[in-house]
Amino acid sequence: MSLFDYTIKELEAKLHNHEITVEDLVKESYEQIKEVDGDVHAFLTLDEEKALEKARELDKREDKSGILFGIPAGIKDNIVTKGLRTTCASQFLDNFTDPLYNATVVDKLDAENPVAVGKLNMDEFAMGSSNENSGYEPTRNPWNTDHVPGGSSGGSAAAVAAGEVLFSLGSDTGGSIRQPAAFCGVVGMKPTYGRVSRFGLVAFASSLDQIGPLTRTVEDNARVLEVIAGHDKMDSTSADVDVPAYTEALTGDVKGLKIAVPKEYLAEGVSEEVKHSVMEALKVYESLGATWEEVSLPHSKYALATYYLLSSSEASANLARFDGVRYGVRSENAENMLDMFVKSRSEGFGDEVKRRIMLGTFALSSGYYDAYYKKAQKVRTLIKNDFDKILEEYDVIVGPTTPTPAFKVGEKTSDPLTMYVNDILTIPVNLAGVPGISIPCGFSEEGLPIGLQIIGNYFDESTVYRAAHAFEQATEHHKKRPQLGGAK
Amino acid sequence: MNFETIIGLEVHVELKTASKIFSPSTNEFGSAPNTNVNPIDLGYPGTLPVLNEEAVNFAMKAAMALNCEVATDTKFDRKNYFYPDNPKAYQISQFDQPIGEHGSIEIEVNGKKKKIGITRLHLEEDAGKLTHGEDGYSYVDYNRQGTPLIEIVSEPDMRSPEEAYAYLEKLKNIIQYTGVSDVKMQEGSLRCDANISLRPIGQEEFGTKAELKNLNSFSFVQKGLEFEEKRQEKVLLSGGEILQETRRYDEKTKETILMRIKEGSDDYRYFPEPDLVPLYIDEAWKERIRSEIPELPDARRARYVSELGLSEYDANVLTASKQMSDFFEEAVGHGADVKQVSNWLMGEVSAYMNKHYKEIEELAITPDALAKMVKLIEDGTISSKIAKKVFAELVENGGDPEKIVEEKGLVQISDPEQLKQIVNEILDQNEQSIIDFKDGKKKAKGFLVGQIMKATKGQANPPLVNQILAAELEKR
Amino acid sequence: MAEISKEQVKHVANLARLEFDDEAVEQMANELSAIIEYAEQLNELDTENVKPTTHVLDLKNVMRKDEPKKWITQEEALKNAPDQKDGQIRVPSILE
Repeated sequence: MSLFDYTIKELEAKLHNHEITVEDLVKESYEQIKEVDGDVHAFLTLDEEKALEKARELDKREDKSGILFGIPAGIKDNIVTKGLRTTCASQFLDNFTDPLYNATVVDKLDAENPVAVGKLNMDEFAMGSSNENSGYEPTRNPWNTDHVPGGSSGGSAAAVAAGEVLFSLGSDTGGSIRQPAAFCGVVGMKPTYGRVSRFGLVAFASSLDQIGPLTRTVEDNARVLEVIAGHDKMDSTSADVDVPAYTEALTGDVKGLKIAVPKEYLAEGVSEEVKHSVMEALKVYESLGATWEEVSLPHSKYALATYYLLSSSEASANLARFDGVRYGVRSENAENMLDMFVKSRSEGFGDEVKRRIMLGTFALSSGYYDAYYKKAQKVRTLIKNDFDKILEEYDVIVGPTTPTPAFKVGEKTSDPLTMYVNDILTIPVNLAGVPGISIPCGFSEEGLPIGLQIIGNYFDESTVYRAAHAFEQATEHHKKRPQLGGAK
Repeated sequence: MNFETIIGLEVHVELKTASKIFSPSTNEFGSAPNTNVNPIDLGYPGTLPVLNEEAVNFAMKAAMALNCEVATDTKFDRKNYFYPDNPKAYQISQFDQPIGEHGSIEIEVNGKKKKIGITRLHLEEDAGKLTHGEDGYSYVDYNRQGTPLIEIVSEPDMRSPEEAYAYLEKLKNIIQYTGVSDVKMQEGSLRCDANISLRPIGQEEFGTKAELKNLNSFSFVQKGLEFEEKRQEKVLLSGGEILQETRRYDEKTKETILMRIKEGSDDYRYFPEPDLVPLYIDEAWKERIRSEIPELPDARRARYVSELGLSEYDANVLTASKQMSDFFEEAVGHGADVKQVSNWLMGEVSAYMNKHYKEIEELAITPDALAKMVKLIEDGTISSKIAKKVFAELVENGGDPEKIVEEKGLVQISDPEQLKQIVNEILDQNEQSIIDFKDGKKKAKGFLVGQIMKATKGQANPPLVNQILAAELEKR
Repeated sequence: MAEISKEQVKHVANLARLEFDDEAVEQMANELSAIIEYAEQLNELDTENVKPTTHVLDLKNVMRKDEPKKWITQEEALKNAPDQKDGQIRVPSILE
């Protein structure tokens, strides 16, 4: 038996029929981790003993309810876990062994009794698109370890792809769930802004960040989102909107579904292979009775600049609390107060984090605020309006998740802008705040996965899931496994 | 050259909500360090602020009491700066949409009334407390972090340190009446920074200002400003230039000392707080808060004069603190004579408070007890002199004046027969005084009254004693 | 104004409490200049009458009741602090 052979629903049945135990599942998870994680580097912190203890405790329970009961899971390391080290893949938080509290999503998961096996690697403080900005050994792509897994939730995507866990939580600020999901051939959902509580998610850009699930199948994904979504009094920006049973939306029926395909998403810069896969996917939708039309999101080209100004500005403030006073690593070279701040931060942060803090600090500084930060906020309005307009007429927007499949390690590290361009198709979704999913829709000549992005209206994750599920069930892409994830 | 002094004040007032502005920690002064804190107050990664509704209500109340317009659309912003007592390295404050604007209060200095404008009143969070140890380290206690704070910025309308003092007194007075703060400078629930500049009389443009910090009492504010006024004048007269600097007042040397010279303005990189959503304060909300504002000192003062017939002076003294004024109202409410209660509060009660450094609510005497005591004086049960003894007991140990009078046998002797007997006993013992009196020495009568009072332990009814003594002297 | 000077980099670094050696300052100046130059394209858009977006959802007046709640102990509050003494967090003083 291998984890990657089953969906959560199938494992649930096996557990209920006493064919397997939770302990079997957790052991299976750790065996796979031992087998592949030396190459993949998906995990930063593991607690096998605690996980097995929990597994045995769950096995003893008469009441095996909980829609994620006994399922091994991984949590991105920017989601705080009480009593479990949380580093955000930053050397600054290397010693942050107990954040004192659980993120709301962690408490919500706990209520459904999955087993958290460990914390997942990422780009430091979620800033990056390749995991190469991890303050630890960067995660590699299980399909080909010469390639990046994407980022920033690279560990979350790779762990699922490599069969180390059944599901993981990631966070998405500009594509950080969808892009690695596309690169690793898994399903990654960024919910509507406000759908999932951010309480306990270490903030990168507060107005853009959302937590979401990464899974092997759409059904698994819908199941996890059902658990973690919902209003939270501890997050003032969380929406008090009912959470529907997403799994019930998975009817397979997309007859009459109106799909918009933005021409800007298939323009210059998007590789032929990716374009081809997306066109093939649209044919599948046609065959299922959906219709599609080309539309325009005219301000798409401004999204990248808008995003970098806004996210870096917010980040410059969000990361200012890492000052060496209350937690984290204080520089040993600090002789006075100013030193403590400057040296702790300069020694603890990696280059990309510093770059973004610098950019954000500049954009907010006296004399530049209106020209950069405020200007970007205004353009954000225009980008959001583009989406509002299209989503009035169409059910979903479909396009590629990334311009290319996973690039090679080291290929884009020399120039920040080249790296940033990788997120050009996912960023507008965060700026608008609408939900978006990436699902596998094909493979490159090199055998690397290609992702299809499906974007929906505010709080209409159900339609996104329905469209994603119908496509998945009509194709075989999701069944293909990477070498390190159990491919025979 | 003659100069005109320009003063503007920035006052911070802590609001006494039960919990903090953005976290549910207890808002309390004087606890053991770092006990009223939680991960939100400590700026732990991943934590988020949630606004305390009561803090908004209190800020609105203060704004309205200071005649501010309360904003309909308002929001919070981040003010970025690094300091160990500022755990997120940004303070959640309000930048361009403060909750209150365009207010004013009226002050009175040397009998002259003047309106001082209030530019703005905004809501923000207080920082923790950093103390500098003598061991080369500094120490941080985050208990104060997140205490709701209002910052009240005045217009540069004050023209003398005296006016600044009067403004602070008035501001404190008004806020105290609203009940949103203890406004205790010694506990830091009211803090003040002062901006002062000089300009040649007749000149429109303001001179360069200095900012005064570390002003720990109203009189230090006044003294610091007085020193600064002279210092700047001296610099200007000697052809020097005033630099934009921050100075602190040293209580020992009574001088202001340079802390730092400001180069340009600080760059706080304000931007809208993305973790908090905007506030929309509709008319109904404003109306509800307005209806909760109690009678303010000016209104009370006017009523004491017009309805209770007190002098302006008495009305001023009685309303100077809300506690005193409330005490007065309650005592009068129990039916005691207005003028008598007023005299007692301004006299004995105030003297006792000053002597023992106590607030009126810390005294054992209750308004009811004072009222009863005053009534005992009015109906002649006790004399004013005896009342002082009763008061001494009441103020220390409390209790019921009637019982005290009874138990201690302090009832006034008003029985003419009894008094006549005592008077004659005294006259018999003081033949010389009778002779002196007959010789026209008026003093002798006073001496005799003293002897009578002494013999009765002061309990003799004084008018009656005078009357009987005169009659008995006639007979001799 | 796409050029960010080394002096500006140093000024911004000071605001952000970061330090860079000379080489890194130069590199940062180049990188930030490139990013800012790229961002200048936003000026192609007329946003005169466009409202800025801070929040994508139209939420207002999210507040909680004024109820105090105990959460962590003093020991926990100090648990992750690099240096502490007598219930307080200890930091180097302003001056050396």
